[in-house]
Amino acid sequence: MKHMTRLLGAVSLAVTSLAAPVFADGGTLVIASTQVPRHLNGAVQSGIATAVPSTQIFASPLRYDENWEPQPYLAESWEVSEDGLSVTLNLVQNATFHDGKPVTSEDVAFSIMTTKENHPFKSMFAPVDTIETPDAHTAVIKLSQPHPALLLALSPALAPVLPKHVFGDGQDAKSHPANSAPVGSGPFMLEEFTPGEAVVMKKNPNFFIDGRPKLDEIIIRIIKDPSALLIAMENGEADMYPFMAGSQEIKRLEKAEHLGVTTDGYAAVGPINWLAFNTASEKLSDVRVRQAIAYAVDREFITKALHRGVSAPQRGPIIESSPFFDESIPSYDVDLDKAKALMAEAGFADGMDLTIDYIPGPKEQQQSLAEYMKSQLKKIGINVTVRAAPDFPTWAGRVGGHDFELSMDVVFNWGDPVIGVHRTYLSSNIRQGVIWSNTQQYANEKVDEILNAAAVEADPAKRKALYAEFQQMVAADLPIYWINALPYHTAYDKKLQNVPTGIWGTMHPMDQVSWSE
Amino acid sequence: MNTSYILRRLFYGLLLMLGVVVLNFLLIRLAPGDPAVVIAGEMGGATEEMLESIREEYGLNKPVLTQLGIYIANVAQFDLGESFFFNQPVTTLIGHRIGPTILLVITAQLLSIVLGVFLGVIAARKPNGPMSAFVSVFATIGYAVPVFWTGIMLIILFASVVPIFPVEGMQSVKLRDAGFFVKALDVLHHLILPAFTLAIIYLAQYARLSRASMLEVLGSDYIRTARAKGASEGSVLFKHALRNAALPILTVAGLQFGNLISGALLVETVFNWPGMGRLAFDSILRRDYPTIMGVLFFASFMVVVANILTDLSYRLADPRLRGR
Repeated sequence: MKHMTRLLGAVSLAVTSLAAPVFADGGTLVIASTQVPRHLNGAVQSGIATAVPSTQIFASPLRYDENWEPQPYLAESWEVSEDGLSVTLNLVQNATFHDGKPVTSEDVAFSIMTTKENHPFKSMFAPVDTIETPDAHTAVIKLSQPHPALLLALSPALAPVLPKHVFGDGQDAKSHPANSAPVGSGPFMLEEFTPGEAVVMKKNPNFFIDGRPKLDEIIIRIIKDPSALLIAMENGEADMYPFMAGSQEIKRLEKAEHLGVTTDGYAAVGPINWLAFNTASEKLSDVRVRQAIAYAVDREFITKALHRGVSAPQRGPIIESSPFFDESIPSYDVDLDKAKALMAEAGFADGMDLTIDYIPGPKEQQQSLAEYMKSQLKKIGINVTVRAAPDFPTWAGRVGGHDFELSMDVVFNWGDPVIGVHRTYLSSNIRQGVIWSNTQQYANEKVDEILNAAAVEADPAKRKALYAEFQQMVAADLPIYWINALPYHTAYDKKLQNVPTGIWGTMHPMDQVSWSE
Repeated sequence: MNTSYILRRLFYGLLLMLGVVVLNFLLIRLAPGDPAVVIAGEMGGATEEMLESIREEYGLNKPVLTQLGIYIANVAQFDLGESFFFNQPVTTLIGHRIGPTILLVITAQLLSIVLGVFLGVIAARKPNGPMSAFVSVFATIGYAVPVFWTGIMLIILFASVVPIFPVEGMQSVKLRDAGFFVKALDVLHHLILPAFTLAIIYLAQYARLSRASMLEVLGSDYIRTARAKGASEGSVLFKHALRNAALPILTVAGLQFGNLISGALLVETVFNWPGMGRLAFDSILRRDYPTIMGVLFFASFMVVVANILTDLSYRLADPRLRGR
């Protein structure tokens, strides 16, 4: 009988816990994501999917606040030399890796060099010649040229500090087994990584910042079906959903009473949705044709109607929320007469046929816009054929292989223009077969010159002026027609405190996030 | 049952597996798209040198037939290679997922056989009654409706209208630290919708099949004899008739196993069930050759094994075949 009672108790407990999801102990944050990380090491892999867990597991020299200002992290202070050719990092004394070994300047030097060699963003650390380590807590980065983008590149999302004693064993860093079982010095330690399913991270009790992290556990749940993900958010199975971009998703979660929805947290990512022109194609080599297309497309209609007001217009190559954005950039407001006149001037008064590709993904940003272009460009005599790609490899093969005329694409700024903007416009980065290089094959010597000067300009005001000039020039040449900033939103349980809304959003240590109850 | 028969079946099974491996390998290579570009794309773009080094690392720069030879040699040693995407052994990835898939498939199989046969038997009792008509209509609809549609309808019904079942995943993350019993109930709770979705299409088939099979058997002499000697209706139906009507059901059950596994791919995708089907689906989009081939290898292996077992059990169930 006693057993029977116990059994009944267990059953009823189980049934109640199944019927109404309960918070385990207030210490767990469940993040829902549609993105699948290959592994968890952000030193050799870019992208949101890896960066979110990587920035919890690994600490980095610096972190950034919401005003784009660097803040101490593993480096408690730092100095840039007068000539801009050396940057000294003074590391905290008490930081240890999750296996108990201390974090030293050797680890920092090793990590930056590993990232330099293996990370796809070559421009982040290209000017780094050597890193000197005069003592265990001082690292001096020696540069071949001044490199103002360096400090931002030392952010958690881009410069995880790896333990040399784990990753320095001579194996290829890109496929190192520890990438899937990483040891870092960040606020959370990896507990379990099931590829394609979940990442479970537990609190690091020896984290070098006192009193942090607040949460006991962060679980990233990968739910590839957006509708199932929304239900999980609505019924409390998941607490946070970053990088949400669908207008229907956003509107739906905005209605959930226990959820807050914010657009903050994506300034550094700078995701730009654009129409790329193959400037090497005969029909599109004339800038007037590209400008005509720009005048025919209604950016306002796209953001207000097609995206139902959730996305923001984007007029140039640098995301509008960046301090480097130039407000005076021409916006090519819709003007069909002007567009037709430009077509006639270019010798295409009778119109032309064009093909448009689009990167496979959420329909609303890409496919719908390609279809909109078809109907809109018809008004100026351009007959557009929409060419679908069944999957990413097919599309990447076409655009990377320069076998396209128009293509919808999404490209990220990644903080400093040197990292995510230069690659699209430098003529030295025209690389056949390489996606997200200068696939437009745009070449303008003056633009090359300005970008190369901006990369080494230490004076922020002068640098900003150089980028303003750059923006005016590419807006005139129009190798790309920028349309909108991808409407990334974060939905979160309102009981969460300190939701990550800095420039890097969730690609930033969540050591201050906590539950209010 | 003689040994040479079993050995012959095993040999054919092995030959079939070899054919499957070769066919899979060549078919996948025919699909456009370069895995190196996908990997580089996932990394955020790359240089030519990086693409070359990726191709080199994964042996993609060797001639296709050489790659095939290497692959067969590796598979013969039970080495399915490393996933291009996750850089982990394919066997590890499949190891994580084979359990959930087997759980889903077996549950659906049992559910469809038990419920289907039961419905069929009931219907066969009065072939012109309302129950029989219901079974026929239900079977037609169940067979005609695509499984993913059923899944989505069930999700809408049980998530928005009457939210009593979880709609995705296999367990609730917030019960991670709970005891075994609670966790088992949690898995069961998650299992109901996907298993039922997968079962419906086959359930309908079993119902029709057992109805037809039972009708035939119920008209035979030995049933009349059983009735004449005063056996109860239940005993007549389930003991005398069903046992004889079961043979075609058994055959179909074995043959259906392959369909169930391919159905599981869709159901797993709809319900975010952490099984092999979803792994296969995602891997195809990523051109992750080793993983796709590994999943196909395991799936074919399960089908071949199921067929051999059906063959053998057929002989066990039918005494007339035992001596052959």
